[in-house]
Formats: sequence, structure tokens, C-alpha cells
Amino acid sequence: MANTPKIIVVGGGLAGLAAVIKIAEMGGNVDLFSIVPVKRSHSVCAQGGINAAKNLKGEGDSTAQHLDDTIYGGDFLANQPPVKGMCDAAPGIIDLLDRMGVPFNRTPEGLLDFRRFGGTLHHRTAFAGATTGQQLLYALDEQVRRYEAEGKVKKYEHWEFLSAVLDSQHVCRGICAMDLRSMEVRTFPADAIIMATGGNGAIFGKSTNSVVCTGSAQSALYQQGAYYANGEFIQVHPTCIPGEDKLRLMSESARGEGGRVWVPKTPGDKRDPKSIPQNERWYFLEEWYPKYGNLVPRDVATRAIFKVVFEHNLGIDGKPMVYLDLTHIDRKTLDRKLEGILEIYEKFVGDDPRDTPMKIFPGMHYTMGGLWVDYNQQTNIPGIYAAGECEYQYHGANRLGANSLVSCIYGGFTAGPNAVRYAKNLQAAPSNGHFEAEKKRQEENNALLVSNQGDENPFRLWRELGELMTKNCTVIRYNKNLKETDAELVKLLERFRKVNLSDRTQWANTSVVFARQLYNMLQLSRVIAQGAGMRDESRGAHYKPDFPDRDDKNWLKTTKATFAPDADEPRFEFEPVDVSLIPPRPRKYDAAK
Amino acid sequence: MADKKVLFKIKRQASPSAEPVWEEFELNWHPGMNVISSLMEIAANPQTKDGKTTAPVTYDSNCLEEVCGSCAMLINGRARMACSALIDKLEQPIRIEPLSKFPVVRDLAVDRSVLFENLKAVKAWVPVDGTYDLGSGPRQSMQNQEMTYPLSRCISCCCCMEVCPQFNEDTGFVGAAAISQVRLFNAHPTGAALKQDRLAALMGDGGIQECGYAQNCVEICPKDIPLTQSISQVAGDVMKQAITDLFRK
Ligand SMILES: Cc1cc2nc3c(=O)[nH]c(=O)nc-3n(C[C@H](O)[C@H](O)[C@H](O)COP(=O)(O)OP(=O)(O)OC[C@H]3O[C@@H](n4cnc5c(N)ncnc54)[C@H](O)[C@@H]3O)c2cc1C
Ligand code: SF4
Ligand code: SF4
Ligand code: FES
Repeated sequence: MANTPKIIVVGGGLAGLAAVIKIAEMGGNVDLFSIVPVKRSHSVCAQGGINAAKNLKGEGDSTAQHLDDTIYGGDFLANQPPVKGMCDAAPGIIDLLDRMGVPFNRTPEGLLDFRRFGGTLHHRTAFAGATTGQQLLYALDEQVRRYEAEGKVKKYEHWEFLSAVLDSQHVCRGICAMDLRSMEVRTFPADAIIMATGGNGAIFGKSTNSVVCTGSAQSALYQQGAYYANGEFIQVHPTCIPGEDKLRLMSESARGEGGRVWVPKTPGDKRDPKSIPQNERWYFLEEWYPKYGNLVPRDVATRAIFKVVFEHNLGIDGKPMVYLDLTHIDRKTLDRKLEGILEIYEKFVGDDPRDTPMKIFPGMHYTMGGLWVDYNQQTNIPGIYAAGECEYQYHGANRLGANSLVSCIYGGFTAGPNAVRYAKNLQAAPSNGHFEAEKKRQEENNALLVSNQGDENPFRLWRELGELMTKNCTVIRYNKNLKETDAELVKLLERFRKVNLSDRTQWANTSVVFARQLYNMLQLSRVIAQGAGMRDESRGAHYKPDFPDRDDKNWLKTTKATFAPDADEPRFEFEPVDVSLIPPRPRKYDAAK
Repeated sequence: MADKKVLFKIKRQASPSAEPVWEEFELNWHPGMNVISSLMEIAANPQTKDGKTTAPVTYDSNCLEEVCGSCAMLINGRARMACSALIDKLEQPIRIEPLSKFPVVRDLAVDRSVLFENLKAVKAWVPVDGTYDLGSGPRQSMQNQEMTYPLSRCISCCCCMEVCPQFNEDTGFVGAAAISQVRLFNAHPTGAALKQDRLAALMGDGGIQECGYAQNCVEICPKDIPLTQSISQVAGDVMKQAITDLFRK
């Protein structure tokens, strides 16, 4: 094959940029595709930090401890060897980021500072103020810009991946993509491609994710024959600020400093919260969990809030919201300890949480499932690799805080070199006809959308999708509801055929782009709903009241969905989990591990 | 209260060469609205105030929490991030226009790639030897971190360039954001290796000398980056470098 391997990386978040840097360093050539300029990728949103057992606090932390915390936190669903690889590599990754200039917080001696995070007893989280993700992304972005200036990387920003180009042997030979300005559809040849397209929060309408996190690219590949694994595992963060457009994260530290969660006892109570007397408020977490009160673990808090809102119908003003109240704490203390996060609330809600209880609600936060990959980060389609939140490998049934950033970088660092090695051994394609065929298929999709005469608006269909999925496929799951959800999804897919776009132009047409993404979201939603329906147990983020316990005998298995084109729906198979390093044990956070 | 309305006047432009036109939209008021959520609502029901069906408005956005830098636009004449522009704090009708100093792509989306090109020109990176394991990075004091971290929070929104009287085609001025990044990278122990190159890139036409210290940039920056401080410090360094260069000749 060619001396200089040509690799396409799709996505310029942490995972994608990490892969690009490794490939360029190995002498490969990269075309980097991203919907948004890579510096504006969703990774900028991460606040808390990045985990690595550097043991700089004299606590006897070790990578073995990091491995155990991650596997335990993920309720033993992750294959263990790759997680070990990540935990072992993490300290070196932090060193590298430090060398690249990330302004990590320092100790007085000038060393890296570390903070505590959920799911561990150690100070293992390196951080750069309250914008760690932004700082890490910028560091990698700068290195990629350097390679770009040297001509080793070519960026295609404002381009969207539509599909892979597969040859007659089902080997990947490149991609088909669309220029989001000229709407031109084009194919690009490559020896291998790496998907790094992030999570799928948009399937749930509103989430803590960024706008472009639709999962559309993963879904497109699933529809082309890639396995999608553990789709039913979706992390919901208990305290988010409900917004008109998104759910912004409200850090756990608000409760750590004494914040209390409550709802009015009367449904639809319209009074100003401060005028509601104590005995007419329900501090449900404190009542249900007298020992831990408001500081129960994330999944427990989330489930409790859901129950109060959807089963007791006691959301504030009939809406899905509860109060997180800090007003009993004096302003000085609040400013000293929580100023940063209180400012976010002030800026986006317009109320001062020192005076008024915050309105919060759990929000979809992270996609544990994703494209199935092997230990080399390769999907089941030869030549297609995946890294970052779009694949399923590192977090099992529940991700620990600050473990995602490290998994993205480690995944990218693994995928990049493996793709180069694969490319060097690749045989030439049997023919080139597949490029033209794929392009035609995608152009026809677009043409159909632009000319379609119906009465459905894609943005409104999306709202319905989000409400449906949030209601039935997040925190508390019942088989009956999951079945109905899948039936509703089929109806939404039918209605999708009747979309009518009010924009029929051929320039920067966001309606066409969004409609395409919506279709892929609908297809992927069925994987989530059906996968959740099958798994009759509770594990990590997946909770069924009718099957409240973890069932290792039947379900210590990875869910793998494949698309059946004829039936236009998913098929499922299950793969045993590699638990060769740590034998499964019950996961309980009500006592020390 | 129930039928309180919010009125928008949005400047639309179908393509880079098309004539701009204004369209009016009226939405029902509800609590917590911001400019992006309003644009999303318009997309779900793309009708102007007088009932004419129109295309959803094209605009850039991603994070919706003022950290990705996508959604800069002119709102009531002021360059700012649309995602953090709360409707209740804006005077109506709310006028929304694209940034004026960058080529319009469509409607409110503009092409701001010039900043990324400028970052290339000033070598805004730390020249690491490679990604293989070379041990921990250079020790840095807390004070240095406290100086560099705020500079590193620049979201590349280009608001500072939009409001700068010197930033236009005639001067070719690089703008405050890129200059501030020069300060950031020159302050890094390893980044300083490229200090001379960076300063050289800021000499001459379009360089730091174009700045007239009007201070508009620092007043508009959504991330409160101390831009004028950066500019005067880097200007001093450029001056020193120029003198050194002179004596070397
Ligand atoms: C509010 C918030 C806070 C968080 N805090 C933390 C934290 O403190 N610590 C931690 O470890 N994790 C945290 N996470 C999780 C973490 O931020 C993400 O999991 C991680 O950044 C994902 O990175 P990524 O590289 O996989 O994808 P992303 O950063 O999402 O990037 C995806 C890329 O793919 C591109 N793309 C997508 N689809 C296409 C397509 N079809 N064609 C072309 N390009 C495409 C996008 O343009 C983008 O460049 C947080 C998440 C949220 C939402
Ligand atoms: S100080 Fe004035 S002239 Fe100089 S960069 Fe800022 S706005 Fe422009
Ligand atoms: S310096 Fe401020 S205004 Fe300028 S691009 Fe950066 S964040 Fe925006
Ligand atoms: S959408 Fe990211 S800054 Fe507004």
C-alpha cells in the first residue's frame, strides 16, 4: 500500500484530536472532518477534571486502585483489559498535557494539584480551574494547528460525515461527507477512518450535551453494518439547570455545601418558594434516606427526583423540576465556596441562587454505549476505528466523573497508531465504483428531503422524540413503557417520511442537515429502547423496578445491536464480558468499598 | 401575562452575495428564554410576524453555555454571545444581526476563520518534542498558573475584533485575541522557545502597532480577558525585540 497512509478522522473533540496528533507524529496524512470548528467541539464543556493515579498527595493511590474504582463504578460491565490499559496510561497522559501547556492548577511547590471526585476515596482528578475540558481541548487543538501549518493535517470544518464508503468485501475505503455551506456531497478516499463523533444527548431532546451531539454518525454506521454496543446505558446527572434549550450542569458541590432538595407538598403550588412554610415542603431525600440525606449517590438521587415528579406528580408548578435550596446558608460562605457555579446559574437563569432556591432536574449527561470496538479500537467493519464517547469500551454500565476525558485521549492515542498499522498492510480495493454509488445514494436522500411534500416539521418531531425518550428510556424503566416507546418510535419514523422543509435552498440549509440527523437519531433510539427492554436486571445507570437486582448469571454481557435492513430494525446478540482481572462483586455505595 | 409576546427583528441574508432583508418574528413569552432558544423556537414554527412561511434562521451554536465561542452576533447592536443573552434582560424589539466585520455565510452565521489563521501565524502552541513519555512537565508556580489560566479561557468568539476600530481590511490588524495568545505562550517555560518568532509575526503592518488602545476589546470580551494588559505587555516585548534586531543587523 502507499508509503504515506491516509487516515480520515471524523470529529475534533479530545478523542479525534488525540488520534490526529499520533498519526501525524507517525508520518501519516490526516483529513480531519468536523461539523463545528474543532476548537468549538463539545469537549470544551467539561468542567471538573481528568483522572490519573499520580499519587501526588501521599495517599498511596495507584493505577490498580483507579482500575478497581472504574470497574466497580461501571458495575462490572466493562471488559477489563482495555480499562487497565487506560488507567496505566493515565499518569503519562497528564504529564504530556502538562508539557503541552495546559494551565493545570498547581500546589505551592509548583506540582500538579489534584481534587476528589465521585466514586473514589483518592485525590485523583487533575483540573484547570472550572474549565478543564476547554483547556485540554485547546492544548490538543494547538498541537494539531502546528501539524496543519506543516501540511500534515488538512481540516474540513463545517463538513458533516454522512456515511462510510464500503467496498464489495465490506471493507472501508473512505467516507461520504457534505459541505454544510455549499451542501455539496463528496466522497473522500482513505486507507482507514477513525470515528470520534462524541455522545448522543440530542436524542433526549435536552441534555447537558452540546447541540451537535446527535449520535447521527454512529447511527449511520450502525445502519451500514457496524455493531452498536450497550446502547441502553445512559448516564443521567441528578442536578442540572433546566433550560429552554439545554440542561446546564449544576455541580454536586452545591449539595456538598449543604444544599437541600425539596418540592411543595401541594401539586401545582404557585406560591413563591420562600413563602412556602417548612411544614408544607417535602424534603424527600432527607425523608427517604435519613442517613445520607441530600448526599446520596448520583443514581439514587436521580431516581428519587424522577419518582417525585413523575409518580407523585409533585414537580414545581406541575413541571419536571425540584428545588435545590441554598438560601439558608449565609451569602459569605456561599461566595467563598461556590461562587463559580452560582454565577452560571445567575447568568443563564437570571436569578440569584443566594436569594431564591434553584430549580433543578436530572438531565441526560453521558452515553456509555456506542460503536462496538475491539481492544485495538477497531469496529467490526475493517478499516473503521472509533474513539471517545462515540464508542462503548471504558465505562461499563456507569461512568465515573472525570474518567471520560482520559478515556477519550487514551482511545484516540490507541486508535491512531492502530489505524496507521492497518493502513500499511491494506490491500488495494477490488474496484472504485463504490464511491460513486455512495455519493448518489446520499444525494438522493437530500433531494428527497428538499422536495418532500408533507406536513411534518423536523424540529417539532425532534421535540416529541426527546420527550418520549426522556420519559421512558432514562432513569426508571418499565418493560411496558419501553415497548410502547418503540411503537411510538416506529410512528415517528413513519411521520418522518412526511417532513416538509420550509427551506428548499441549496446553501447552508440547516433544515436539511437537521432532518438527516433526526432520521439517524430515530433509528438509534430504537436500539436504546429495545436494548433497555431486553435487559431484565438493574445495573449501573440501567434501573428496572421490576428487576431491581444485578443478575450476573444472565446479564454479565455486552449488548450488541445490528441493523437488519430488510426489517428496518435492530437485531440483538450478547457477548460475555472479560472479567479476567477483577472478579465481580456487589456494588454498594451505602458503605465504604 | 399569558399572552405576553416577544418581538424580534432579524437581519437575514440568504447567501454571501444576497441583499440583506429584515424579518420580524413574534413569540409567546415564557420564563428563561434566551436568543438561541428563541431561534430554535422559530425553527420549529418558521413563520414571520405577519404569518408568512420562511426558512429557519441559520446561525452557529454548540455548547449553549458560553464556552465554545460559536454564537457571537450583534444583539441590539452589541457584539455578544447569543446563548447567554437572556430575553428578559433585552429591550424589545430585539434586533439581531450578524457580526459586521466578518463575511456573512448565511443569516447570522459568519466566517471567522481569520482568527484561526492568525493563531497559526503567531505560532500559538507549545513546541513539544513528541507525545512519547518524557516525564512530567516543567514546574510552574501557582502565580504563573493564575496569570496564564485567564488568558487561556479565550473562546475565539471574535467579539474583541468586531468592536475594535482598527480591525478592518485596510489595516489587516491581527486583533486583540491573537496578541493575548502570544502573551500566553511566551509565558510558558517551553512555549517561550518560539518567543522571537511570535514577536516577529506581530511587527510591521497589521501587527501590534495598529492598536490605538481604544479599549473597546477589553470592555466587550465575554470572558473578561485582560486584553489591554496583554497588548501593552506584548507591545513592550515587540519593541525590545525590534531594538535587539536593529543592533544585530
Ligand atoms: C457539562 C459536561 C461536563 C463534563 N465534565 C466532564 C469532566 O469534568 N470530566 C470528564 O472526564 N468528562 C466530563 N464530561 C464528559 C466529556 O466532556 C465528554 O465525554 C467528552 O468531551 C467527549 O469527547 P469526544 O472527543 O468523544 O467528543 P466531542 O468533544 O463531543 O467531539 C465530537 C466531535 O465530532 C464532531 N462530529 C460529530 N458528528 C459529526 C459528523 N457527523 N461529521 C463530522 N463531525 C462530526 C463534532 O464536530 C466534534 O468535533 C462532561 C460532559 C458534559 C456534558
Ligand atoms: S485596544 Fe482598541 S485598538 Fe487595540 S485591540 Fe483593543 S479595541 Fe482594538
Ligand atoms: S479575547 Fe475575549 S472577545 Fe476576544 S476572542 Fe477571546 S474571548 Fe472573544
Ligand atoms: S453556543 Fe457556545 S458560546 Fe454560545
